[in-house]
Amino acid sequence: MLKDLFRKPKYVTVTPAVPKKEMPDGLWVKCSGCGEILFNKELEKNLKVCHKCGTHFRLSAWERLQITLDDFSEYDADLTSCNPLEFPEYEAKLARAREETGLQEGVVTGEGRVNGVSVAIGVLDSNFVMGSMGSVVGEKICRLIERATEHKLPLIIFSTSGGARMQEGILSLMQMAKTSAALARFNEAGLLYISVFTDPTFGGVTASFASLGDFIIAEPGALIGFAGPRVIKETIRQELPPGAQTAEFNCEHGLIDLVVERGQLKNTLTKLLKLHQRGDHTWPSH
Amino acid sequence: MAQPLEFEKPLVELESKISELRAFSEEKGLDLTEEIATLEKKAESLKQAIFGSLTPWQRTQIARHPDRPNFYNYAQLMFEDFIELHGDRAFADDRAIAGGLALFKGMPVTVIGNVKGKDTKEKIQRNFAYAHPEGYRKAMRLMKQAEKFGRPVITFIDTPGAYSGLAAEERGQAEAIAKNLITMAALKVPLICVVIGEGGSGGALALGVTDKVLMFEHSFYSVISPESCATILWKDASRVKDAAEFLKFTAPDLQRFGVCDRIVPEPLGGAQRDYALTARNLAEALEEELGKLLELPPEELLQRRYTKYREIGVFA
Repeated sequence: MLKDLFRKPKYVTVTPAVPKKEMPDGLWVKCSGCGEILFNKELEKNLKVCHKCGTHFRLSAWERLQITLDDFSEYDADLTSCNPLEFPEYEAKLARAREETGLQEGVVTGEGRVNGVSVAIGVLDSNFVMGSMGSVVGEKICRLIERATEHKLPLIIFSTSGGARMQEGILSLMQMAKTSAALARFNEAGLLYISVFTDPTFGGVTASFASLGDFIIAEPGALIGFAGPRVIKETIRQELPPGAQTAEFNCEHGLIDLVVERGQLKNTLTKLLKLHQRGDHTWPSH
Repeated sequence: MAQPLEFEKPLVELESKISELRAFSEEKGLDLTEEIATLEKKAESLKQAIFGSLTPWQRTQIARHPDRPNFYNYAQLMFEDFIELHGDRAFADDRAIAGGLALFKGMPVTVIGNVKGKDTKEKIQRNFAYAHPEGYRKAMRLMKQAEKFGRPVITFIDTPGAYSGLAAEERGQAEAIAKNLITMAALKVPLICVVIGEGGSGGALALGVTDKVLMFEHSFYSVISPESCATILWKDASRVKDAAEFLKFTAPDLQRFGVCDRIVPEPLGGAQRDYALTARNLAEALEEELGKLLELPPEELLQRRYTKYREIGVFA
């Protein structure tokens, strides 16, 4: 047919084969956001944020503490998980996580200063069994909140978690109640709690202490929600639209106060902390 | 009656044989008393054998039995003057959670419960008891109301979990649950929850931070469904029986972990076989537990509630 002559020819997009770069361990890393090959030292200098696309790489608990605090002393470093349900292979899983991360459990808690302001602080670590909350994570968070209440310290918790730790069954579910109950008392004391969501935070952690901050901050692009995209797909066969459950999505739906880039986070925390410092606020007289 | 569960089939068959025989003897005027008595004895011992040693998976199936009494059955059987209240005053009325006021032994109480629905139409209407954020917010509204008027709150837990879907995420499913936990922890009136069927994870806990946690004999309460656990662990949903064993979610397990405070007995064969007896058993347990809580001064009540949850957990 005549119109066939005018039909647009179809092209196949061919991506040129990029020669595989040899990446010696630890020297280079590929950005999960834009694919850029980043020099590890540069990346670390930039607080593990891709200079090209702004992707925020995940931080370990100790990396987070290091970029947030002037100094730090740890609480409850030795609390160790048991296997109360005698759940198969749980002990091996814990042993592997301890070896790989050098951590005893999925959260580091303690006391330190942010630009001179003393705080009680907890940081979850997604490298340890996905930052899931079992008895130890619940207990450490709970003790942290209780100490903050007792010493009248502002509280900061950086969350990242896959949710409750299945291998500890009902005991892990109850950590949601335990940490929330501790926060109820903390609130009665009129103290400040800043919750910071980092990538990714889901399940029982989002549905307890992480959502109960006076201020809720999230890092750009962090995935935050109750049910993860895979769970939603498996249970109701719903495919989430692109951008769903990001920090920005949560902010748009009124669920968090602000999205703050990692480079600005310490400043923002300091501002909020200073705005809540008790002192003599006298109205300037004329 | 719905389809019998696989493991109760021999019993159901025997029971129908007995009633056939009885009808036959009446029709023909034959005296089969002895034969019937023998069979009845056999049925009784079969019942004992089946229900005296249920596996966790079998309990799960009884807990999910479609004929089990639900929130509305208890509201009718145990309370007077039940009046249902609707809505979270913000977005919608979630039918997956019902609540209202009623008299219990002459005392005004607030009652709230998950509702699964009995037939297909009702199940859909109630979203199979998978609540959205507005459901938890309705529950919280009613609890705050109970606090204002100084009446105890009794909740009935029977849900596979909180709904997972885009709409629930957009409206803050996690925030709604978290707010319920912190609110219940500090509510100044006595709170009791009863797991009447399935206690599914955070969606159940959102009605479950209470002074006393009661569980029916065949109910279960778990951090994750045995189906999801099997899928995650072995990528094989058919290993659900193993998962049910591992999760240690039966009422006696939870009593051992300090979560469940009292197990409410069910009629032999499960709550679905005798509503009246089941409700009587629960009313008796509730009256006793509530009586004890009402004697406590408010500070003592809150301190004990704090301690109950504070002490849950095992570590070294």
